Amino acid sequence: RSKQWYQRRVRGIAKFAFDYAREHNRKKVTCIHKANIMKLSDGLFKACCKEVSEDYPMIEYEEQIVDNTCQQLVINPQQFDVMVMPNLYGNLVSNLAAGLVGGAGVVPSKSYGENIAVFEPGARHTWMEMKGMYVANPAAMVLSSAFMLKHLQLHEAGDLLIKAVKNVINRREVQTRDLGGSSTTPEMTRAFLNELDTLYKNQ
Amino acid sequence: MFLSRALRSSCRSLHTVTLFPGDGIGPQISDSVKKIFDAAEVPIQWEERQVYPILEPNGKTRIPDDAVESIFKNKIGLKGPMRTAIGKGHVSLNLTIRRTFGLYANVRPAKSVPGVITPYSKEGVDCVIMRENTEGEYSGIEHQVVPGVVQSVKLITRDASRNVAEYAFQYAQDHGRKNIVALHKANIMKMSDGMFLEQCREVAARYPEINYREMYLDSACLKIVSDPSKFDVMLMPNLYGDIFSDLTAGLIGGLGLAPSGNMGKDGIAIYEAVHGTADDLVEANKGNPTALLMSGLMMLRHMGLKSQADKIEAAVLETLTERKVITGDIGGTATNPEYADEICRKIKG
Repeated sequence: RSKQWYQRRVRGIAKFAFDYAREHNRKKVTCIHKANIMKLSDGLFKACCKEVSEDYPMIEYEEQIVDNTCQQLVINPQQFDVMVMPNLYGNLVSNLAAGLVGGAGVVPSKSYGENIAVFEPGARHTWMEMKGMYVANPAAMVLSSAFMLKHLQLHEAGDLLIKAVKNVINRREVQTRDLGGSSTTPEMTRAFLNELDTLYKNQ
Repeated sequence: MFLSRALRSSCRSLHTVTLFPGDGIGPQISDSVKKIFDAAEVPIQWEERQVYPILEPNGKTRIPDDAVESIFKNKIGLKGPMRTAIGKGHVSLNLTIRRTFGLYANVRPAKSVPGVITPYSKEGVDCVIMRENTEGEYSGIEHQVVPGVVQSVKLITRDASRNVAEYAFQYAQDHGRKNIVALHKANIMKMSDGMFLEQCREVAARYPEINYREMYLDSACLKIVSDPSKFDVMLMPNLYGDIFSDLTAGLIGGLGLAPSGNMGKDGIAIYEAVHGTADDLVEANKGNPTALLMSGLMMLRHMGLKSQADKIEAAVLETLTERKVITGDIGGTATNPEYADEICRKIKG
């Protein structure tokens, strides 16, 4: 198994990270790598990110070795803002980060290709053991669909949906297992719908 | 009567153990370990050696002959933090040591430390990482295919996978650990991680009393920060082990507290502090010797000197719990020698 780095693609993802940071008022991009050991492959990744960072002088840029990053994430995650990294580290770090904020049930994600955008739960775990049991938290999926609405420029609807989900979760009345409760998937969904109703009426 | 007993105890075998103090705070924290072991009357005499890279004309790096001979003779060693020279051609010193002594399994226990409160202290952490230490993504095989396209080869062999798996299961049995989970990405890296898992399963079949299962590495990352108490022994290839063991060190308070052991062939075992040389703390002698000390305790237990290890550990935990004489990295103001002296005081009772 080998890692193939395509300079063009790495520059592409680095640019995506900085553009994202700029659009979302983020202050810093951290490049996560292990170039001290994988000098050529991660070295290339790191070099490309550094190169791209020079086009965005208003955004802070730093580099960090992935094992230290995992340590830092569990000790002081608040130090991080936007993080850009190769595929495998991204898998680990995004799962770790999801665990820090509540788990696979609450984290949404967006994936972009050149002409395609896909929205799906961030941790991408199928949880096969609980298939058919209706205990999964639908929040991650619903939030992902809210991101999709916003991508389609349907901001009002998207924002309303995000607010509804957040309110239900924060209220801690209806909670699926992952949040410490025993509500079912349909009960959680019903709670989102009721909250949406309320928010819409109060607009 | 008393005289003969004294003579007998002085004739009890004195183990000679190699000590690599290392760089930066290394020599200072090594002094603390020596002082504390003395206070606990540990029957060890230290054979100190300096380790530095020697770049050979053929481009390979080696360490000084007397350091190598000492380990081959004594089999057991304790190593402080070492600086890796920055610059072309310099292979990491740690990697050189690993290769020289065939250190194939890296053992990193992570146990919540009383007195060091982290967000995970409530659930409690008590896990052990078993990391394959010779190959995987660190085989160092990289090349440029065409400008702008590079490849890095992840090498997994049956032998290396089996060696670390065997060590892990034997360790679990010896230490009364009931569960081993292999962490992998064999859904993606079907052949390499697949081979690793195959070897784990074969070894697992010989230890029916140990509960063996497998988990995706990304799932493990998510789950361990949600509830670390659910994790016991974790077995994995090189890169995952490198990253994951820093993660688990973070759960208990950081690399300044985490011990580590490396197993080689023919009974060679080198224990080490995995933190850096902390050069900025040298002048004031404010480094934290806990990681090196805990690694030393792992070493004592490996050597069968359990009662001395327990005695020292109790004194360390008491000192940390009291939080009166502790070093800066964990929120105190004591210097390295002040902390060591406090531990010695508690040992002598």
